[in-house]
Amino acid sequence: MTPEERFQALIDAEEKIEPTDWMPEGYRSTLIRQIAQHAHSEVIGMQPEGNWITRAPSLHRKAILMAKVQDEAGHGLYLYSAAETLGVRRDELQELLHQGKHKYSSIFNYPTLSWADIGTIGWLVDGAAITNQVMLTRCSYGPYARAMVRICKEESFHQRQGYEIMMRLCEGTPEQKAMAQDALNRWWWPSLMMFGPHDTDSTHTEQSMEWKIKRVSNDELRQQFVDMTVPQAEYLGLTIPDPELRWNPERGHYDFGEIDWDEFWRVVKGFGPMNRDRLAHKVNAWEEGAWVREAAAAHAAKKAARAA
Amino acid sequence: MTYEVPVAPGEKAEIETSTDRDLDGWPMWEVFVRARRGISHVHVGSLHAPDPETALENARDVYTRRGEGVSVWVVPSVEIHAFEPEAAEEYVEANEKVYRLATSYDIPEEVGHM
Repeated sequence: MTPEERFQALIDAEEKIEPTDWMPEGYRSTLIRQIAQHAHSEVIGMQPEGNWITRAPSLHRKAILMAKVQDEAGHGLYLYSAAETLGVRRDELQELLHQGKHKYSSIFNYPTLSWADIGTIGWLVDGAAITNQVMLTRCSYGPYARAMVRICKEESFHQRQGYEIMMRLCEGTPEQKAMAQDALNRWWWPSLMMFGPHDTDSTHTEQSMEWKIKRVSNDELRQQFVDMTVPQAEYLGLTIPDPELRWNPERGHYDFGEIDWDEFWRVVKGFGPMNRDRLAHKVNAWEEGAWVREAAAAHAAKKAARAA
Repeated sequence: MTYEVPVAPGEKAEIETSTDRDLDGWPMWEVFVRARRGISHVHVGSLHAPDPETALENARDVYTRRGEGVSVWVVPSVEIHAFEPEAAEEYVEANEKVYRLATSYDIPEEVGHM
């Protein structure tokens, strides 16, 4: 059996590919790109929520939000760790992010303007993330699939705490409910954009499906997400900002309106409301943290010298 | 989600990884966690840290935030030794020796559990 045949046989048999296995160069580079973007997304994703830690409405909410932001850092680390099994280093990937050569999910290029945005991010953004990541637990690359299992467990906490924030706001004063509706209005479409271009326009999908990196297409995942979310919005008494949204009994799914693809590509290309701030903040945090890394290295060297 | 960001028209996908430069200078450690008493430590992932103490603290924070473990090991990744992938095929050969398996012997049912 040639290495290619063995690789394909493993994929066909629903076995996982592990780091030391032979793999096609395209499989490796697709995974590096996807896992790195995923890791960068987790790390940049700390910013919109970190924005509200000091202004959380109670100590309880502040503790929850800190735990959630810490989870995002952890998710970034699990993912960089998975990427490193493919022969790259975390700091190389990070450098590509800092240089603007690597991207992260566009959803984090929108600002968090009110406390209700924190609820909405947990409910919708983490909800969309779960839809995608549950699929990725069945990804053919072992280390990526395993990282997803850990992440999915934690995302469930993220989504539930977000929905609970929304429930509290929606049973509160008219102003609080209006705040929740406003957040839904601003986050709904960007959340749908998280699933990417239509299948017909998605350049990566076909090959990734063949390699079983991806198991479900963008449009199918988006439909799953809409079907799951509409009843949740109804329970809250909120209105999804889409006049074309309606149940289609023939399809057994909700029909919904068209995404503004101009906005989608504008944000991907770096012209969203927060692209520049997010990256500048990340680079700044890395540079300002240099003394901590240097001190840790000096301490380690000193201890090693003493022990010798 | 597309954490997998699409390539915009007119842009190219950057998959190249740049340098061999060691930007943080911290070695990599493999992390093993014992989930509860009575079972072995299991590999859960890796991390970077300047020394064993920091590696342990980071491993605790990264991999056991929800009581996933009662014990953590960290081992420098360079200290993990393994067979070359080609040697793995020899294991397949070993698996063909079915006479090593209890299930390859027919024992009549009336003999009872054996």
